[in-house]
Amino acid sequence: MSSNKKYWKSVDELNGSPLVETLRQNEFVEEIPTDEFLGDKETLETSQTTRRDFLKYVGFTTAAASLAACEGPVKKSIPYVVQPEQIVPGVADYYASTIADGFDFASVLVKTREGRPIKIENNKLAKAGYGANARVHASVLSMYDQNRAQGPTASGEAVSWSDIDTGVMAQLNSGKQVVLLTQTFASPSTDKLIAEFVEKYPNVSHVAYDAVGEQFALDAFEVKYGVRALADYDFSKAEVIVSVGADFLGDWNGGGYDAGYAKGRIPTEGKMSRHFQFEANMSLSGANADVRVPVTPSQQKAILSALAGGSMSGVPEHAKKAVSAAISELRAAGSKGIVVTGLQDVPSQTKALEVNANSEVIDVAAPRMTRSGDIRKVNQLIKDMNAGSVGMLVMAGVNPSYTLPNAAAFNTGLAKVAVSVACSMRADETASVATHIAPVPHYLEAWGDVQIKQGEVSITQPTIRPLFDTRQFQDSLLKWMESDQSYYDYMKSTMTNAGISFNKAVHDGVVMTDAFAKAVSTNTDTSITEDAGASTTFQGGGFELTLYTKTSMGDGNQANNPWLQEMPDPITRATWDNYITMSEADAKDKGLWLDRSTFFTEARHDANGGLNGTLAKITVNGVSLIAPVMVQPGQAKGSIGLAVGYGRTTSIQEEMQTGVNAYPLMLNGSMTQGGVSIDKVDGMHEFAVIQLHNTLMGRGDIVKETRLEIFNTKDKSFWNAVPTVSKDHQEYEVTSPEVDLWDEFDRSIGHHFNLGIDLNACTGCGACVIACHAENNVPVVGKSEVRRSRDMHWLRIDRYYSSNNTFAGDDQQKDDMDGLWGENGSLGGFGEMEDPAANPQVAFQPVMCQHCNHAPCETVCPVAATSHGRQGQNHMAYNRCVGTRYCANNCPYKVRRFNWFLYNGNDEFDYYMNNDLGRMVINPDVTVRSRGVMEKCSMCMQMTQKTILDAKRDGREIKDGEFATACSNACTSGALTFGDVNDKSSEVYHQSQDDRMYHLLESVGTKPNVFYQTKVRNTKEA
Amino acid sequence: MIQVNRRNSFSRIITLCAAFLLAFSSSLFAQIDAATGDADAGKALFKTQCAACHKLYKKATGPALYDVVQRYDEDYEWLGKWIRNSQALVKAGDARAVKVYEENGGQVMNPFPALTDADISNILAYTNTEKPEPIDPCIANPESCKGGGGGGGDGVSNEIILSILGLVLLLLVAVLFIVNNTLKKFAEAQGIEVEEKEGRKPIWKAFVENQFLVLVSVIFLLLGSAYFAYGWMSQVGVDQGYAPVQPIHYSHRIHAGDNEIDCKYCHSSARVSKHSGIPSLNVCMNCHKSISEVADATQAEGKSEYGVNYNDEIKKLYDAVGWDEATQSYTGETKPVEWVRIHNLPDFAYFNHSQHVSVAGVECQKCHGPVEEMEIMEQHSPLTMGWCINCHRDTNVKVEGNAYYEKIHEQLSKKYGVDKLTAAQMGGLECGKCHY
Repeated sequence: MSSNKKYWKSVDELNGSPLVETLRQNEFVEEIPTDEFLGDKETLETSQTTRRDFLKYVGFTTAAASLAACEGPVKKSIPYVVQPEQIVPGVADYYASTIADGFDFASVLVKTREGRPIKIENNKLAKAGYGANARVHASVLSMYDQNRAQGPTASGEAVSWSDIDTGVMAQLNSGKQVVLLTQTFASPSTDKLIAEFVEKYPNVSHVAYDAVGEQFALDAFEVKYGVRALADYDFSKAEVIVSVGADFLGDWNGGGYDAGYAKGRIPTEGKMSRHFQFEANMSLSGANADVRVPVTPSQQKAILSALAGGSMSGVPEHAKKAVSAAISELRAAGSKGIVVTGLQDVPSQTKALEVNANSEVIDVAAPRMTRSGDIRKVNQLIKDMNAGSVGMLVMAGVNPSYTLPNAAAFNTGLAKVAVSVACSMRADETASVATHIAPVPHYLEAWGDVQIKQGEVSITQPTIRPLFDTRQFQDSLLKWMESDQSYYDYMKSTMTNAGISFNKAVHDGVVMTDAFAKAVSTNTDTSITEDAGASTTFQGGGFELTLYTKTSMGDGNQANNPWLQEMPDPITRATWDNYITMSEADAKDKGLWLDRSTFFTEARHDANGGLNGTLAKITVNGVSLIAPVMVQPGQAKGSIGLAVGYGRTTSIQEEMQTGVNAYPLMLNGSMTQGGVSIDKVDGMHEFAVIQLHNTLMGRGDIVKETRLEIFNTKDKSFWNAVPTVSKDHQEYEVTSPEVDLWDEFDRSIGHHFNLGIDLNACTGCGACVIACHAENNVPVVGKSEVRRSRDMHWLRIDRYYSSNNTFAGDDQQKDDMDGLWGENGSLGGFGEMEDPAANPQVAFQPVMCQHCNHAPCETVCPVAATSHGRQGQNHMAYNRCVGTRYCANNCPYKVRRFNWFLYNGNDEFDYYMNNDLGRMVINPDVTVRSRGVMEKCSMCMQMTQKTILDAKRDGREIKDGEFATACSNACTSGALTFGDVNDKSSEVYHQSQDDRMYHLLESVGTKPNVFYQTKVRNTKEA
Repeated sequence: MIQVNRRNSFSRIITLCAAFLLAFSSSLFAQIDAATGDADAGKALFKTQCAACHKLYKKATGPALYDVVQRYDEDYEWLGKWIRNSQALVKAGDARAVKVYEENGGQVMNPFPALTDADISNILAYTNTEKPEPIDPCIANPESCKGGGGGGGDGVSNEIILSILGLVLLLLVAVLFIVNNTLKKFAEAQGIEVEEKEGRKPIWKAFVENQFLVLVSVIFLLLGSAYFAYGWMSQVGVDQGYAPVQPIHYSHRIHAGDNEIDCKYCHSSARVSKHSGIPSLNVCMNCHKSISEVADATQAEGKSEYGVNYNDEIKKLYDAVGWDEATQSYTGETKPVEWVRIHNLPDFAYFNHSQHVSVAGVECQKCHGPVEEMEIMEQHSPLTMGWCINCHRDTNVKVEGNAYYEKIHEQLSKKYGVDKLTAAQMGGLECGKCHY
């Protein structure tokens, strides 16, 4: 009989093992943790709620919730009791102010709405202070930081201000040594105040300290010109620029030179400046240079000597040609040539000053005051502290426990100081170990004056009442001097005494005056020039390390700012990280290279994975740290780079604790270190890089470029030809209506907005990216989402490397391809072209929605959520969007961004949009998008509409220059021009008629309203 | 010589005239007397000249004026001097003047040199008016205090008529029934066969059997329910007629209607901003500093018609803004008022008041309805997108005298072949104009 058959699953079962029986009875092998989700047994048993009751409750609450959902919420409106005169709800006010946080100095305009600062703009009246960088644009968010110190504390306990004052006064009057350790304020009033303070209490001394200092440039300038300041440069006057290790488009000398540089880079009357760059890391300056030679810091020294008239013997072979070209061109340029250097020793800096003695570009009479620190004095202070001779240390705007290489010594010394007061914005690494925290306001809540460049004083004014119980450092000083004056009155009298109209100065934000010129004094301290220990020695082989500051993070002061964390590095395009940059050859040498054959295992590059990197341990003079390795094309062989400003942990939100702290490697305040050893460490690091295709693969029509010589001599059709398409065996330009798929709209009436982008002027600084963030409420998505290519930036700056030595070489290689296989085969050829060259040319290209007149996205939207306006903008109606994402797929420029999640008020994305304080920065004129909708650049519709409405209300026509977008406002280098092309007198109209004008992917026939200007490089034929 | 003579004669004439005038005026001077004054004329004068600072029975900026004549022992000469120029008296060191001046916190009273003696008499006569007994609306008009009031009378008569009608109908039914029965009985008695109706097929069965009819009616039913479901869903989130209870009972009827205060006096930011703005309390105090009580008639109307004590509502304002009536000063303790927002546009729609109010010159009432008649403010319009668009389609752009529109209007109207462009033709229907 069939039923006699017995099926068994194992021998044990057949044999009737008791274990099998037990297992069969036990459905769940592991005990189910019912207690965990039901609560403990006791509570369960004592509970009066029966199962029936529970179901009743569920039913009732569900019904109640659905009933409640039928009613709209009751919204309250609370008007002012007494409305301030200048505030009209719904109308923005602008106040001139100045940032001076010790690292960034800039004159700005602050846009406020209903009394809340929401955006930073450039102050066009300023000269030296003109040009806010990405960090300055982001600084408004740093004010609404919930991790700030919210009131005075002593040993972690909240105290009153008078408690702090009593403690401080006791120390001041005790006669013990008291030291003020401060940032560089560059403030005439603060300098005067500190001098008066020191005069009143003779036991007080003042030490200035910059986290990322220009120790050697300051020393050299002080010895030569008698003022501790930095030479100023006007690169717009330069015809030949030679930079030896100076990233002057980055933060070298405090930065802010890109506007002047860009002026000289736009070819006018057949001329533009020529730029040589000798550097180790690939920097913004190197990326913009005409000739870039990767050389290690030690080789840079030899190159500078050669430039200064020394011998060529030390110059490495591969740089000789470029160095001799630089020397001869410098000579030919005469006073219009300039040599700048970032070399970290006094003799080199002095040499550069001497070479530039006759240059028009350098200004030594009115130097920059934005750095003044002296690491020797800081080291002396640490010695004194450890010796126990310092009774009190007052710190303002500095974070030495984080930024000092010898932070451990500082901390032990600090423990021996009886009273240490940290006047800082947060309970940071230093403040948390100080005895007292006397929190200071953000610059948008404070008064101040700043002399960025001698002869130009910028004013800081508060734009909001202090959010927390804070007191300005200067007010504290006045209080401790037993003065009844406020710092505002003090500053006002300082200004008025100097013959300045205070109200006008506050209104303009800047005033020209020579009243606060520094006295020139001869520095008799011979230790400066003799101090060999302070300058880097590169003996003993090993790698040479160049520390640098990232465009996004700077010195790390704003590390808790999610905008900056998520801002892609202009060069590596990485977010939320710092890393060791290394050349491919060195990485292969050290076993740190991930070969493409490991694509699906280690070197994951796919959409879900993003880029991976190996980990390495680097050791400098006994100090070591472990960081991921990013292979950087253009990195000088034998050198590595690492950004400071990361790896902060104290008073920083967990999500923002990214990267490693590289300050411990900045020995003797020098940004370059020799004798570095590198060892591979087990493990992988996941980078969040927003651009993984690094080369153009020979598609030269994306970033069109040409050489100056060709630009000057050949016709436009040679170097900027409009692509053609064949119809009926006849070639037509793609712009011809003959070959157009769409019917043309009539755009001749009213405004027609165009955005012009000059690739010659764009330095890739990224200020526009942050300005766009702030203006348009672009959400921050976090590292893991960026890694999934879900970044939300409306504006990105694509960076391309050439695969051959030049982009022209790439185009040539592609043209020369023949067949699939073989030497010139396209299979192998394109494979090669995916990899950038060892020292590639670099191109930057800002890409935002191109606002196509014939937009592919509009035709595929099933619900007509995206449509075209007569003024040229491609509209996006969020409330209409159902999230099919067809538009993003059909967009040839990949500029549409999808809200995969709700990024506001969502604990999973715990950034500024998830707390009440952070949300204060949101622009009330722009919708905060919800989950499941597409978004993209609107060409700042809210700004153009505002301009039009203002004109309508005034009953006047709109002049050129009134229309602007957030990005065009933020751009100081003139790379972004926005306006109405139907206004034939407008700047953007002239640019649209320029020979260099082209549209991105013109061959697609989308007819965008964003156009680019062909990049012209001042290179000679190779 | 001749000249001298002339001068003499001229000065003589002047002296004569002056003497005459003096005699005349001095005789007038003696005439300030409340008893001779006309209280009604005085009331009019009081309202125009004095009411900004004085009330009759209550201290305002200045002291209460009731009984002022008696308080100063009918010293009309002194009162006249004080009214015409109080500061002169104070400076001259007049004891009473200094006392009054100091009692009122050193507030300087405006001089009124233009008031004639008769005017002052009239005003003083008015200040002698006894405080009227509070008008209890129930005493003045007992009818209005009864529930239902006058309208109730009509209701009673209606009821009577209706019940009579009903009774008549009932009688008719009964009569018919009786007649029917009687007829049947007659038929039975006379042996006439009354034809019984044949049992017809019930109508529902016939309906079910007719499949075409079933199909058609099902389709109609579905279409009908879809229509109503659509209609119902369209009103989700549309709060037309929303009239929430506000923390202070503010009557637009009294302010905008009875007193004809311009909307933009209080909602001033509508001219320049996207928001019309809820006026800050200091704007209320511009008037309510001196208006602490409403007129008796208004108060009575409030009590009877709306069940509101307007004076208490004004007290709420004083409480919020921190105004101490007794000392006529601000205490500094404020309690911002949490109004309930009535007009709520969704966040994804951008609306700008100034565009409509200042540029287009649209009357506030066009969207907000007859606000001047609303005792309790309510949402008049649906505020739906269809409502916006309909108006944009119908409304012409106001281009007169606006240099911004000159060129674009000329070109566009030529293009569309019209004299006047609507907002829609100007681009007012584009998505991005309101959604960004």
